[in-house]
Amino acid sequence: MAEAIYPRILHARLRGQLSYRASFLLDCLAQAVAQGGEVVVILVLFNRVTALGGFSVDEVLLVYALASTAFGLSDLFAGQLNALPAYIREGTFDVLLLRPLGTLPQVMVSDLPLKRIGRVFTGLVVLGYALPHNDVVWTPWSVGLLVVTPVAGSVIFSGIWVVACSVCFWLVDGQELANTVTYGSNTFTSYPISVYSGWLRRLMAFVVPGAFVAYYPALALLDKPDPLGGPGWLGWVGPVVAVLVAGLAGLVWKTAVRHYRGTGS
Amino acid sequence: MVAGTATNVVFGLLRVAVLLAALGSTASGRIAGYDVAATVTYVWLGQGLLAFVVLWGDSALANRIRSGDVVVDLYRPWDLQTALLAEDLGRAAYCAVTRLVPPVVVGALLFPFRWPAPERWPVFVVSAVLAVLVSFGMRFLVNASTFWLLDNRGVVALHGVGTGILCGLNVPLDFFPEWARFALWFTPMPAIMQSPIDVFIGHGSLWLVVGHQVFWAAALFGVGKVVLARAVRKVVVQGG
Repeated sequence: MAEAIYPRILHARLRGQLSYRASFLLDCLAQAVAQGGEVVVILVLFNRVTALGGFSVDEVLLVYALASTAFGLSDLFAGQLNALPAYIREGTFDVLLLRPLGTLPQVMVSDLPLKRIGRVFTGLVVLGYALPHNDVVWTPWSVGLLVVTPVAGSVIFSGIWVVACSVCFWLVDGQELANTVTYGSNTFTSYPISVYSGWLRRLMAFVVPGAFVAYYPALALLDKPDPLGGPGWLGWVGPVVAVLVAGLAGLVWKTAVRHYRGTGS
Repeated sequence: MVAGTATNVVFGLLRVAVLLAALGSTASGRIAGYDVAATVTYVWLGQGLLAFVVLWGDSALANRIRSGDVVVDLYRPWDLQTALLAEDLGRAAYCAVTRLVPPVVVGALLFPFRWPAPERWPVFVVSAVLAVLVSFGMRFLVNASTFWLLDNRGVVALHGVGTGILCGLNVPLDFFPEWARFALWFTPMPAIMQSPIDVFIGHGSLWLVVGHQVFWAAALFGVGKVVLARAVRKVVVQGG
């Protein structure tokens, strides 16, 4: 049953959005430009300096492009979790629990804002610029890495989203707190992690595994040694990290839902 | 409020790291007159001002226009624009305590910080209030576009994005190339965020900065008045 329901829901959501074409296109454009804001920052900074954390402008743009594509994809599917506090506060989460479908997928398809394709678009455009401007050695392996990286990255981002938003089952109004690791990771992963230092880097690169979204895969693509001394194989374990994060996120979500108590009478 | 401040703090830390990395890779350790203390102060003040000036925009009026409730606002014995401004100033005063001060305190505790000279404080307060006035003027126009568009989400989104990039939130406007800076100062964008920061850290010509703010605050309020007067003539009450 479930197999037939989700495509139908998604189809209905998409048709609804496309009925206001002009507004939809403007929204799409705004998302693309919003994601591109960081490109402006990178270009303005490199207008003044020649290297950032030991990386050239083209190398930073490659890191940014991989991170942005991954974030755009996860924003498309997991971004609806931002609406979770409203479900919990108003008690409408009860409705999701009553239906014979998983609660997490229900929240995820509660809306599929196609406008967020704009973010993916920006990532891909910058990727299209950054790849020919860097010395990437093209082998079947590097092509595979390039294809897998945004997918693994988006799974990592989505996992972060699920774990962070699960906090709302305890705090209810924890949305902005969750933003620190969701949108915060979007900004963090846009730059080489050698830019950051101390506990901020340890937290956002390894506890929240942001370093595996774009930084290590980019190093592997560039065949560049890690300025922080990490081994070369770290660039290839993104999918493994993604699977681990997804599993952990599933566990956290299950525990969190069990904690849900409704709004009373 | 605590959660909002936590977001500001994390983004402040990320921004400081990126900008200081850039400063560190120059020979002189400064860019466009910004040294470490000025850069740090710039970032944390910016994070504080974010909520104070509602940088991403709001849509309360737009929603009332779409639902038709704006008609109730219009036949009340007040000037709608002035009433909304008064409401916004009250909100800003509250935000000054709850959202503006905390990130600045965090930044000042964690990093080398540049406090303004005593005689600059009153000018900073004036500049911050002017920043709210300019921001209000722009938000009012964005919201009022709903009178014509009915669905103005695209305009709201573009406004939020534009201010985010061009007001000087993520990178000081002085870091921009000459031509971009020249063009930006012809727009109201710097007046919302970069201007009060410039006054605070003592960057640029004080009176020029504040004069630019006064001009745009007045101009946007005037345009808003005209727009509202025209819009009232074409209001269609939705539904019955």
